[in-house]
Amino acid sequence: MTEKRHEVLGLSDEKVLEMYETMLLARRIDERMWLLNRAGKIPFVISCQGQEAAQVGAAFALDREKDYVLPYYRDMGVVLTFGMTPRELMLSGFAKHEDPNSGGRQMPGHFGQKKNRIVTGSSPVTTQVPHAVGVALAGKMEKKDFVSFVSFGEGSSNQGDFHEGANFAGVHKLPVIFMCENNKYAISVPIEKQLACEKVSDRAIGYGMPGFTVDGNDPLEVYKVVREAAERGRRGEGPTLIETVSYRLTPHSSDDDDRSYRAPDEVAKAKTQDPIITFGAYLKETDVMTNELEKEINHRVMKMVNEATDYAENAPYAAPEDALKYVYGN
Amino acid sequence: MAVISYIDAVTMAIREEMERDPKVFVLGEDVGKKGGVFKATQGLYEQFGEERVIDTPLAESAIAGVGIGAAMYGMRPIAEMQFADFIMPAVNQIISEAAKIRYRSNNDWNCPLVIRAPYGGGVHGALYHSQSVEAVFAHQPGLKIVMPSTPYDVKGLLKAAIRDNDPVLFFEHKRAYRLIKGEVPAEDYTLPIGKADVKREGEDITVITYGLCVHFALQAAEKLAGDGISSHILDLRTVYPLDKEAIIEAAAKTGKVLLVTEDNKEGSIIGEVAAIIAEHCLFDLDAPIKRLAGPDVPAMPYAPTMEKFFMVHPEKIEKAMRELAEF
Repeated sequence: MTEKRHEVLGLSDEKVLEMYETMLLARRIDERMWLLNRAGKIPFVISCQGQEAAQVGAAFALDREKDYVLPYYRDMGVVLTFGMTPRELMLSGFAKHEDPNSGGRQMPGHFGQKKNRIVTGSSPVTTQVPHAVGVALAGKMEKKDFVSFVSFGEGSSNQGDFHEGANFAGVHKLPVIFMCENNKYAISVPIEKQLACEKVSDRAIGYGMPGFTVDGNDPLEVYKVVREAAERGRRGEGPTLIETVSYRLTPHSSDDDDRSYRAPDEVAKAKTQDPIITFGAYLKETDVMTNELEKEINHRVMKMVNEATDYAENAPYAAPEDALKYVYGN
Repeated sequence: MAVISYIDAVTMAIREEMERDPKVFVLGEDVGKKGGVFKATQGLYEQFGEERVIDTPLAESAIAGVGIGAAMYGMRPIAEMQFADFIMPAVNQIISEAAKIRYRSNNDWNCPLVIRAPYGGGVHGALYHSQSVEAVFAHQPGLKIVMPSTPYDVKGLLKAAIRDNDPVLFFEHKRAYRLIKGEVPAEDYTLPIGKADVKREGEDITVITYGLCVHFALQAAEKLAGDGISSHILDLRTVYPLDKEAIIEAAAKTGKVLLVTEDNKEGSIIGEVAAIIAEHCLFDLDAPIKRLAGPDVPAMPYAPTMEKFFMVHPEKIEKAMRELAEF
C-alpha cells in the first residue's frame, strides 16, 4: 500500500477527503460555468482548472477563523475553503444582485467577502500584493497573530507591485505568505519569456525571505509548505515566497483560444497529471476513499452544483439604478 | 488664537488625530526620523514611535498599496507622497484600487485612506517638483480631492479627511507651507469636505479658485477695491467632487466670472467649473467666462524667467480681474 503521507502531516483521513471534495467542487463549478458560457447564459469564465490542489492545499493550511486571504482571479479553491458557497460563486457567474463579491458589478473571479476575510480584488494584476502587506502591517500594529495570504500568477511576479510589496514585507518582517501559482502561461506567453531566473522562488532572496518551489499538483506538499510559512509568520519571522508549479488546463478565459500558442499534446500530457485524478488515485491507493465513497462525493458535489446553478439562474439582477449606489459611504 | 503657518497646521492636525485614535498612523519616505523633507511630520516619530510613523522603502506604489491594505483592514493610514509629481507610480493603486473598493465590493469593503502630497510651483522646483496633479484624479468618482488654502482650512479639512470613510487625496501647496500664516484654534474641529468657502464677499466680479491662488486673488481684490471694484472670491477647497451649489451661487451673484488655477489650462479643474456655470448660469452671465491658468506646456521650467512666466501671480490675476470688470 502507498504510504499515508497525510498522516505524517497530522491530517486525518476525514480532512484529506474534505480537501478532495473541495477540489472536486471547484472543478465541477468551473466546468459548469464553461457550459453555461457556451450555452450563452453567462458572459465570461476564468478558470481554476489544474490549480485546485495548490489552492485547496494552501487554504487548508491557514487558519480559517482569523487569517486573511487576497486571492487572484483563478482561486476558486481558496475562496470555497474560506467559506464562499457554490451558490454565491454561481450568483457571481450570473452577475446577480445577491452575489456577495460585488452584487453583480464585477466579472466572475473578482473575489471579495468581508465576513470570510476574503479581501476584494480587481482586474489589473498584482495590485493585491501590497494590500496583503498592508493587512499584515495592520495585524502587527494591532498585535494580532493572523497571517495574510496572497496569490498571483507567474506573469504577475514581474509586476512592480510584487517587488515593492515583497520588499516592504521583508524589510518590516511581516507575516505575509506570497504564493505564486505558476501555471506556465501568462495568457499566451510561456514562462521562458516571462522569467530570466529559473524559478519564481529564486526572487525571494532579494527580499530577505525564504523561497520554496513545490509541486502544485500535490495538495499535501502545498499544505506542508504553506503551514510552515504560516507558523513562521505567526512566530514573527516574516514573510515567505512559495511557488506552486502546475499547468493551466483550460484556455486563459472563455474568450481565449489556446490552440494558437500551445500544442494539443502538451495539454494532453498535462492532463495526465491533473490533480483531481492524481489526488483521487492517492486516496484510493491509501484506502482512504473507496469506490462507493467516491460515488457519494461525486453525487454530493453535483447536487450542490445543480442547486447553485438553478438558484443563481433564477435570482434577480440588481435594479438598473443600483449602478449609482456606493460610490461613497456616509 | 494662535497664528501658525500652513505646514504647522498640517502637523497639528495629524498629531491631534494620532492622539485621538490609535488606528491613525503615518507612512512614507523620510516621514520618520527626519520628520519629512518639508518637516510636515516633525516630532511625530519622537511622540508616537517608529511603528506609527513609518519610514518606508522608496516605492510609491507600495506606500499607497500598503496603506490601502491597512485601511481595508480598518486602520486609518495617512500616506505621504514626498512630492505630488512622484505620485505617478501609485496611480494604479489610487485609481484602480482605492477609488473603486467600496463600489466594486457593493459596499462590503471600504478604504479610509488619506494620501497627502505637496504640489505647486514657484519654489524653483522645475518640471518634477512643481506640478499640480489634481486633474489626473478629478475624473474618478470614489476619490475626494482636497486642496486647502489657509492654515485654518488645513487643520479642519485634514482632520475631516482622516475621519472620512473613503479615500481622500490631500494636496498641500508647498509654497504656502511657510508663506501662508493664519489663525488656527487650539481645539478640535473639522470642516466639511465637498464644501467651498467664500473668502471675500463682493458685488461686481467673481473669482473662483483654490490653493495658493486664493491668496493671490485676495491681494488683487484688495487693489481693485481701491478703484471701486468689488470682488467676490470663492475658494473651492475640495476640487472633487465640486460644490456645484456654491459655484452656481457665486457665478450668478455677479454675472462676471474669472476662474483661476496654477495647473495647465486645458483639461484642468476650472474647465469643469466653467461647464457647471455654462449649464446653470447662462442667463445670469454678463460676460464670457474667463480663465487664467498655466500655459499648455508639459510642466514648469527651472530658470526663473520661465518659471515666473508659467506661474499665476497677483499681477496676472489683477489684470484679468480688471479686464473682466471693464467688460
